[in-house]
Formats: sequence, structure tokens, C-alpha cells
Amino acid sequence: MTPDQEVELRRRQKSRSRVTALLLGLFVVLMFGISVAKMLINR
Amino acid sequence: MTTIPLPQTQPLPADWRDLLALTKPRVMSLVVFTGLCGLIAAPGAMNPVLAFTAVLCIALGAGAAGALNQWYESDIDGLMKRTANRPLPAGRMERQTALHFGVGLSVFSVVLIGLAANYVAAAWLAVSILFYVLVYTVWLKRRTAQNIVIGGAAGAFPPLIGWAAATGDVTALPALLFAIIFLWTPPHFWALSLFVRTDYAAAGVPMLPVVSGNKVTRVQILLYTLPMVAAAIAPWALGMAGTIYGVSALVLNAIFLWLAIAVARNDASEPAGMIPEKRLFKFSILYLFVLFGALVADRLVLA
Repeated sequence: MTPDQEVELRRRQKSRSRVTALLLGLFVVLMFGISVAKMLINR
Repeated sequence: MTTIPLPQTQPLPADWRDLLALTKPRVMSLVVFTGLCGLIAAPGAMNPVLAFTAVLCIALGAGAAGALNQWYESDIDGLMKRTANRPLPAGRMERQTALHFGVGLSVFSVVLIGLAANYVAAAWLAVSILFYVLVYTVWLKRRTAQNIVIGGAAGAFPPLIGWAAATGDVTALPALLFAIIFLWTPPHFWALSLFVRTDYAAAGVPMLPVVSGNKVTRVQILLYTLPMVAAAIAPWALGMAGTIYGVSALVLNAIFLWLAIAVARNDASEPAGMIPEKRLFKFSILYLFVLFGALVADRLVLA
């Protein structure tokens, strides 16, 4: 792997990690929202 | 923090933008819109969080189907100008990554809509993904010029899924919405395939203009427009929709029919002379947005 490829690899790993973290955070919020909505409907 | 040394032969992981591109975001906008319209047009009110989740799942399911389509078609995508820069044919991603992404997203979207809405909607979403991938992409697309006719059903599912998410049931109106998109697909895609015919011919995809020629395709566009017009007016004629939808449907279908007649009368063989085809293709997109928008407006006003 050339130094340029290594830089590109690290850049992609970093951006993928950020996007993954963001998506997981949104997923948690969404599941919380779904749980609350379901509880309200079943009340 | 320690840095892990890299193996010498490790391929570059896909950029997240390329994963997003696999989902065909442009196509997704129409899917999301028609799915949302099906959901809003359904009787009763759905919790906004659950409604949002249902529409999100329809979008994710469509994205997953798009990713699996690109995984399977990476060879022919590389032969067409329009698709050569997609992540797989351009070599920016490994095929296995696309397959894993597509399957994972499919399962996720189906399970989530089952949990958030109901299992009827989940079943329809699963059917739509499987239909697009197995029936259209794998079975029909490379084998028959009728690929678009039957495969068009895959794109017609979103309003049905939206309706099922809201009610847990499928009745006559969502079935008509399905029929409208199903019958709209051939004129829409055949108009496109007329002026990008060389692309399809180069890739060996048996689109109608490649197999049967421009004249037959133009007549078929007009022939498929007739039942589409009938299906689009039916919700109003049968009393399932009000005046806003009725007037919109009459105007939109009159324009669509007029453009389809112009296409049938055109005899240009080069893309430069295919102005009626380009007009019909552009209008067909607007047609679906406005028609479904009118249905929602009708429902909201009546409510």
C-alpha cells in the first residue's frame, strides 16, 4: 500500500466511523420514539 | 491511541457516499412520495413517529433493492454511459460489499416496518424487494422486451405499503394506485429507452426499441397510456376520490394522452429528433407527483 493509499484509507475509515456513529444515534432515537408511540397507542 | 499497522494487500473500504449512491437516491424520491401519499390517503390517523418510520422503511427497502440491482448488474452498468460511473462498474467498491449492504438493508427495513407499523406492511415491503431483485433484475431484464411491463409492478408497491402501514389492510383504492404506477411505467421507461436506445443495445439489454424497433415502441407507448388513463380516472369515477383529484386527473391525463399521441406520430430515428419522447418522459415524472399530490390534497380537504 502506497502512502497516498494509506492516507485515503484512513480518511475513509474516519468518515465511515462518523457516519456509522450518526446512524446508530439516530436509530436509538427512532427506537425510543417508536416505543413511546406504541405505549401511547396501547394505553 | 495506537495505530494498527495495515496489511499490504488490504483493499480500500467503500466510501459512505458510494454506499449512498447504491441506493439510487433520485429514484427513491418518487418511491417515498408515492408511499407517503398512500399512507396519508388511507382512512384514519397514524401516529406521526410510526408514520415517519413506515415511510423511512419504504425508502430503505427501495434503497436496498437498488443496491442489490446494482450488485447484480455491475457488468452491464459498465457498458452504458448513463450507469458507467456507478460505484461498482467504476471500481470504487467491491461487489461483496454491495451484496452485504443490500441484503442487510432489506432485512432491516422489513423488520423495522413490521415492528413500527404491522406485519401486512412488512410482508408487502418484502414482496416488493424480492419482486424487484428476483423477478425484474435477475429473471426478466436480460431475457425479454416485456421486462418493464412486468417489472413495473416493483415500483408500484409503495402506495400499497403506505396504505397497509396505516390500516393493516389493502382495499380497492390502494389497488388502483398500484395499477396507475404499474401502467404508467411502460410509457415512462419506453419514452426514455427510445432516446437512450444505443446505450441499451450496447449492453445487450432487450428493451423494446432494441428488439422491436422505434415504431412498435411508439405504438405500445400509446396503447399502454389508454389503460393508464382509465386507471387514473377510476378513483374519482368510482367515488373514491373528490373533485380536486378528479379535475387534476382529467387535466393530467389529457396532457399525457396528447403527448403520447405526439410520440406515436413521430418518426425520428436519432435522439436529436426525439423531442416528443423527451417531453413525454419529463412530463411523466411530473404527472405522477401531481396526481398523487392531488389525491392527498383531496383527502386533506375532505377531512
